[in-house]
Amino acid sequence: MDNCNCIDPHLPADDLLMKYQYISDFFIALAYFSIPLELIYFVKKSAVFPYRWVLVQFGAFIVLCGATHFINLWTFSMHSRNVEVVMTTAKVLTAVVSCATALMLVHIIPDLLSVKTRELFLKNKAAELDREMGLIRTQEETGRHVRMLTHEIRSTLDRHTILNTTLVELGRTLALEECSLWMPMRNGLELQLSYSLHYQNSVGTTVPIHLPVINQVFSSNRAIKVSPNSPVARVRPLAGRYIPGEVVAVRVPLLHLSNFQNNDWQDLSTKYALMILMLPSDSARQWRAHELELVEVVADQVAVALSHATILEESMRARDLLMEQNVALDAARREAETAIRARNDFLAVMNHEMRTPMHAIIALSSLMQETELTAEQRLMVETVLRSSNLLATLINDVLDLSKLEDGSLELDLETFNLHAVFREVVNLIKPVASVKKLAVSLSLTPDLPTYAVGDEKRLMQIILNVAGNAVKFSKEGSISIIASLVKFDSLREASTPDFMPVPGANHFYLRVQVKDSGLGFNPQDKPNLFNKFAQNHSLGGRNSGGQGLGLAICKRFVSLMEGRIWIESEGLGKGCTAFFILKLGIADRANEAAHFFSPQLSANNGVANFAGLKVLIMDENGVSRMVTKGLLVHLGCDVSTVGSGQECMLIISQEHKVVFIDVSVPGTDGYEVAARIRERFSSSHKRPLLVALTGNTDRATKEHCLRVGIDGVILKPVSLEKMRSVLLELLENGPLRALKS
Amino acid sequence: MDVVLLQRRFSEYLTSLFNEGFLDEQFKQLQELQDENSPDFVFEVVTLFFEDSERLLNELAKALVQPSIDFQKVDAHVHQLKGSSSSIGAGRVKDVCIHFRNFCEEQNIEGCLRCMQQIKHEYSLVKNKLENLFRLEQQVIQAGG
Repeated sequence: MDNCNCIDPHLPADDLLMKYQYISDFFIALAYFSIPLELIYFVKKSAVFPYRWVLVQFGAFIVLCGATHFINLWTFSMHSRNVEVVMTTAKVLTAVVSCATALMLVHIIPDLLSVKTRELFLKNKAAELDREMGLIRTQEETGRHVRMLTHEIRSTLDRHTILNTTLVELGRTLALEECSLWMPMRNGLELQLSYSLHYQNSVGTTVPIHLPVINQVFSSNRAIKVSPNSPVARVRPLAGRYIPGEVVAVRVPLLHLSNFQNNDWQDLSTKYALMILMLPSDSARQWRAHELELVEVVADQVAVALSHATILEESMRARDLLMEQNVALDAARREAETAIRARNDFLAVMNHEMRTPMHAIIALSSLMQETELTAEQRLMVETVLRSSNLLATLINDVLDLSKLEDGSLELDLETFNLHAVFREVVNLIKPVASVKKLAVSLSLTPDLPTYAVGDEKRLMQIILNVAGNAVKFSKEGSISIIASLVKFDSLREASTPDFMPVPGANHFYLRVQVKDSGLGFNPQDKPNLFNKFAQNHSLGGRNSGGQGLGLAICKRFVSLMEGRIWIESEGLGKGCTAFFILKLGIADRANEAAHFFSPQLSANNGVANFAGLKVLIMDENGVSRMVTKGLLVHLGCDVSTVGSGQECMLIISQEHKVVFIDVSVPGTDGYEVAARIRERFSSSHKRPLLVALTGNTDRATKEHCLRVGIDGVILKPVSLEKMRSVLLELLENGPLRALKS
Repeated sequence: MDVVLLQRRFSEYLTSLFNEGFLDEQFKQLQELQDENSPDFVFEVVTLFFEDSERLLNELAKALVQPSIDFQKVDAHVHQLKGSSSSIGAGRVKDVCIHFRNFCEEQNIEGCLRCMQQIKHEYSLVKNKLENLFRLEQQVIQAGG
């Protein structure tokens, strides 16, 4: 052996195996050197690799391994001891580093692994979130659809539009093949297909309401899957090769106003409609939960919208009804008004037209009575007079009664002699009573005041009516009239529920009792007595004289006078007594005195009396004309002036109440004018009064004045006082007998 | 000037007219008729009187210079004048008119002519007086009375 300190390899250098080893080592070294380079390169590129120094270690380890293998290349042939030393060093280092690295990796690899698991975890989480996002989005879509649907449905109050829109929108949102609505029929036994999205031809078909599937749907407020083969879902003819899509049915409550009275309006016996939704056939789609939810929500909304529509329909109908009623009422009112107007017109006409001829008849008949007549003629005239009086009374009564019923009659209150009224009545009935041989007696209690304030005419009418009836219905016996003052205590006795006399300081209650011994009446006829036109049938005979209105009017007058009238009788043939109580005002003497003397009082008033009195002055002298005019204007008259007789005749009219003529100028036609004025107005009642103004009042002038018919003479110049007093006397007392100077 | 003073002068003048017989009771009546409705009544009446009288006096003058005097016409004029003057209360003029009428009835030419003169004289006097009166009244009004 050589002592070259060379190491000998096992095998010869040119052995094949050696060659292969050589090549492998070479490539291993290459790889070992390039790996760290790659690592460094890529780590440099990435920013986040946390274990840099581990990498360095690792790199070192790899490099050393590579070095080892590289050095190994020299050991295949004869090599020196140095090479062996280097080799050994390299190996030792490599061993050290690799052990260190191995130790290090024990710590590091779990971390690295956990990074991986975290990554996986996060990826899973992300996938889950994605899924959830998808879900939420779907839900939101659904919500949006519902809102949109609801909005569409609720935006209209028309029932048809609501249902149609529902179906259309649902169909669109859920991409349905078919959506249809079955409404309950009136008879409550069937459901009728009322709305359908695509198959309009089937509208009108019915199914009985008591099918189990329908009951099932109606009993729950959820959308329920039904079989596509059920009658409600079969809206089109089944073609064999189609696999029908899933069908869902939901109930739609049809609410009425009455449903809202109770709190749980869902469960009462409301009517339901059935909504059927069909997914497209031949699609693998299934009903999702959120879709079912959508359908349920929509069904509820539709129910609400329909109920609103119903309420609106009802209120519109009610309003139309009200309008019709209004129109009818209006028409009725107008008819009533027309009727009232017609009646008023009629009354007005009757008032005038009928009274005028009546007046003529009565007046002329009474005049005829005064003339020479044969007994027969006299009888006839008397009958005519009586009948026409009766007719006139009837007319007046009817008119009064209408006014009374209208409430438009007003009492004419004034002071009058109460005792005189009674005496007058007795005087009026005495003739008839004496013919029938009835005794009439009047007794007025001493405490009854002589004067009273009230409607004298109507009071007389009442007493006369009652007393007249007493006379009329008695064939024999006596009539007694007793008038008294009602005392305070008896006031209370006399009151009834509808008559409450109240004592007071300015009024008193008069009580009159008229008793007769005549026919009397049946107590059962009592209510009819005071009714208009109701005749008392038990009172027969031609003399009953149809006084249908009389008592009715009396009653009304009595109530106007805040009183009460009633009749009592013990029965047929036992006579009857009429009572009435009414209110009259207390008259004091001062009032009454004033009443009688008041006409004189007004005579001494001032200017006011002549206000607007139209007068005419005829005077040729301008100055005196002006002065006279000033006088009369000062007194308040409406003065016109003329300067000549001709002008006077042209201007004069009936409106002029007084004409002042200056007769003092000699040779003028003052007297002539006066005469002509008298001529012109001789036929009418209201001719102007003539006053002569003259400078002298000697006898001749006066006689001349009288001759031409002048009513008064005034001496010029006229003073204010003189003019005033002359005018007063003229107007109050008519033409003056004595001529003033 | 002082209102009170003017008023006193006015009333004194008026009283003097009454005392001298230029105006009589009738003028007082006229004054009574003057109120807020006809505030210038007296003035208007008097003015009318002046116009009327002047016309009548002219007529009279003309009538009296005729060769044959128409007494009826003269009488008519005088009557008018009498009426006017008595209406406003010109007492003296009225009195002259009465005399004038008497002369007319008697157909006394001289008497008529004499009366004519008198009337003219009295008329101008009363006209003067009344104009003064109105002037005084105006002064009172302007001074605030």
